[in-house]
Amino acid sequence: MSKWSILTDGFVKNNPTFVLVLGMCPTLATTTSAMNGLEMGLATLFVLVLSNIVISLLAPVVPDKVHIPVYIVVIATFVTVLQFIMQAYTPDAYKTLGLFIPLIVVNCIVLGRAEAFANKHGVLESLLDGVGVGLGFTVSLTVIGIVREILGSGSVFGWKFIPGDGILAFVMAPGAFLVLGYLMVLFNKYLKKS
Amino acid sequence: MEYIIIIISAIFVNNIVLSQFLGVCPFLGVSNKLSTATGMSGAVCFVITLATLVTYLLNQYLLVPFGLEFLQTIAFILVIAALVQMVEIVLKKISPSLYQALGIFLPLITTNCAVLGVAITVVTKEFTFGAESHMLNLGQAIVYAIATSIGYGLAMVLFAGLREHLALNEVPKSFKGLPIALITVSILALAFLGFSGIV
Amino acid sequence: MAAKSTLKNMALCLTLVCLVCSAILAVIYAVTYDPIQAAEKKALTESIGQVLPDGGELSDVVSAEFDGKKFDYYVSTADGAPAAYAVKSTTVGFGGPLTLMVGVLPDGTVYNTSVLSHSETPGLGAKCNTDTKFMDQWKGLRPDKVIKVTKDGGDIDAITASTITSRAYSLAVSNAVAFVRSIANKEEE
Repeated sequence: MSKWSILTDGFVKNNPTFVLVLGMCPTLATTTSAMNGLEMGLATLFVLVLSNIVISLLAPVVPDKVHIPVYIVVIATFVTVLQFIMQAYTPDAYKTLGLFIPLIVVNCIVLGRAEAFANKHGVLESLLDGVGVGLGFTVSLTVIGIVREILGSGSVFGWKFIPGDGILAFVMAPGAFLVLGYLMVLFNKYLKKS
Repeated sequence: MEYIIIIISAIFVNNIVLSQFLGVCPFLGVSNKLSTATGMSGAVCFVITLATLVTYLLNQYLLVPFGLEFLQTIAFILVIAALVQMVEIVLKKISPSLYQALGIFLPLITTNCAVLGVAITVVTKEFTFGAESHMLNLGQAIVYAIATSIGYGLAMVLFAGLREHLALNEVPKSFKGLPIALITVSILALAFLGFSGIV
Repeated sequence: MAAKSTLKNMALCLTLVCLVCSAILAVIYAVTYDPIQAAEKKALTESIGQVLPDGGELSDVVSAEFDGKKFDYYVSTADGAPAAYAVKSTTVGFGGPLTLMVGVLPDGTVYNTSVLSHSETPGLGAKCNTDTKFMDQWKGLRPDKVIKVTKDGGDIDAITASTITSRAYSLAVSNAVAFVRSIANKEEE
């Protein structure tokens, strides 16, 4: 497998949202606007890349039976580091994303990549995989955010171009499920190679 | 009175799956059949309640007094992981039949964000009661945990019932599987939106 | 090659990992402590600056009881006399606590308001933070009784479809005004 394909697999072939269907909770909860989706994606990317690197280094020496607890501790450490950094430098984003920052710990994408990829591959490959999957996740979340923001508030990234209130349901819970469902349909129809 | 508000709010108004989006992965993953859905709900209920009890005490008597709140995330997830393992071992010994019913779901629960989500919510968020708002005490935290998991079970069972019917219908190819399921959840969430404002 | 899964190895490995991680966290916590405090302070000063007239010397936080509630407030002093008060006022909105910073002049006129924290529905009640039409109504308001939304017979136009949030907002402002009146009276005596 070439390095390039490791990086690009995260976008379409192994897209975490539309193909692997992992990390649904933040995907649904934080995509009320394009900006929120983007921020959540980047936060996850940060943890994913760092934990992939460290786990690929640790994997050869950790006894088999305790590898999951060790991975969880590593991931939780990076999540907490992220919490501090966000509180200090992007307090507004930290406030909006709220509970879903600490919950990156239990995002199946992070532990999933650690188990499925990082513990069998070298540092460089794991880094690329983290970046690829992380960016794939970020792009998916941003797209969902854009669709929900256009329909729900008539704006994109806060730039309002449709006057009026928009369809409120799309900003709330039902809209999250609906938009994700229909985007998945489009993804299946046009992008997924069966 | 406060207990009733917590219960109604956690089950219906702020349903953990349909309005707070916690625990969505297993919700979508194991809701194909009614029987597995009930099994999963039972296991989640058990673990959420136990985990909330332990993390609440841990936070109150260990992390806060020593100024170690910054270890919250890491401590909570370790407690939950250890707890799930312990429950699995104990259950295997004490009640093999219950283990058979819940066993396969237990490993999945560590990464169910509903568990960590409830544990963190209970120690960080102020709850509102009428015109007042304050943090939960231990009793209220436990009630909240139980009510939340009942809400989880309710959503799960309702959705599994819908999905069993869905499986019998012909849908366009690109809608098959998850997409149509998500659209169904959307309608279910819309119904639950009707509860908002009652407490 | 992975170490053997003996009890000793496992315990050693877990302990080591936990220790190292806690140490890393402690360091990062210490390093980011000051920036976090600074960021919180900046957010607070900005919200106070927004609701008070320019100029004047700002006091540290003061706490006082009024009507069974505890209020945190800041006094801006100009020419030796209090020129305005910034009062932190919390009520319960639709989704949870709604905390405002309300700037009030000593005679009970609202100078401006800003939202410190809220948990209202995005797209509905959350507009209390962005809807300029709603937020501008408070400027220069000098209530002689409790402020109400039009639906309850008052003069505040509520945010569309968010009466409960608007009511909570009105109540928070009313409380702040009543509180400032009480302390301003005390100072005159």
